[in-house]
Amino acid sequence: MIARLLPHPLLTLLLVAVWQMLVNYVSLGTLVFGLILGILIPLLTAPYWPDRPRLKNPAMIVEFILVVLWDIVVANVSVAKIILFKRNEDMRPTWVTVPLDLRSPEAITVLAGTITMTPGTVSADVAADGRSLLVHCLDAADPDAVRDDIKQRYERRLREIFE
Amino acid sequence: MELWQEIIVAAFLVIAGVFGFVGSYGLIKLPDPMTRLHGPTKTTTLGVGGVLIASMIYFVFADAKFSFHELMITLFLFLTAPITAHFIAKANLHTSVKRADVSPTGSDRPWAGFESDEDRRIAETKGTIGE
Repeated sequence: MIARLLPHPLLTLLLVAVWQMLVNYVSLGTLVFGLILGILIPLLTAPYWPDRPRLKNPAMIVEFILVVLWDIVVANVSVAKIILFKRNEDMRPTWVTVPLDLRSPEAITVLAGTITMTPGTVSADVAADGRSLLVHCLDAADPDAVRDDIKQRYERRLREIFE
Repeated sequence: MELWQEIIVAAFLVIAGVFGFVGSYGLIKLPDPMTRLHGPTKTTTLGVGGVLIASMIYFVFADAKFSFHELMITLFLFLTAPITAHFIAKANLHTSVKRADVSPTGSDRPWAGFESDEDRRIAETKGTIGE
């Protein structure tokens, strides 16, 4: 009964929380309406889910977010320096192949999004067999270092969260 | 609001403005579509982020309440911005980048954007898509 009413408890929880934040205050009315949305939306969208992502280590998400936020600040400053002070002829834009150890589609999506959000790198394509990501770097003197950085900092943590 | 509180809020607004400007400047200065794509990713992160932090601090000081809307804007931006960037990058790959220009995948199948429907059918019947 509970499993049929709440096919995806985490999604329900997330929807209730998002609704609270959208109305920007907590009262009984908003909580009830948030719960209605949190129950109805998963039921209506259930046929479209490919699969439910499983979270092995949710505590790692906090560490992952902090690492990403810190990297975004650091990378923003270094990319700003490149844009302002480096001549276009001196820049070395390169394509980098990042081989993936991740297998779950959700984890790969998060990784690609993270790569794009950190300035200086944009993920452009995924291999047809889903085993590597194509990343474009604005200015990479050492493409191998970029690849190792992505694997070490993001992929390792995502593996702990998802797999 | 006290003066020092206003200074903190103003400082975040200035930081946001500077990064927003650098991102837009990059859009004109950088040479080709792929490198130009790096400009907007800066403005959506620190540029918008700075304004949102300033707004949150302002509401804490001025109304003594915590505003969640800024967190929501951050969440929705982080969900949508990479997808837009990915669309533009992929469209650019299709129209003006040759397969030999990008680095190889390291396996026997090419990047998804470069694989023809025929090749994909052959690969799928061979059963290399296991997962």
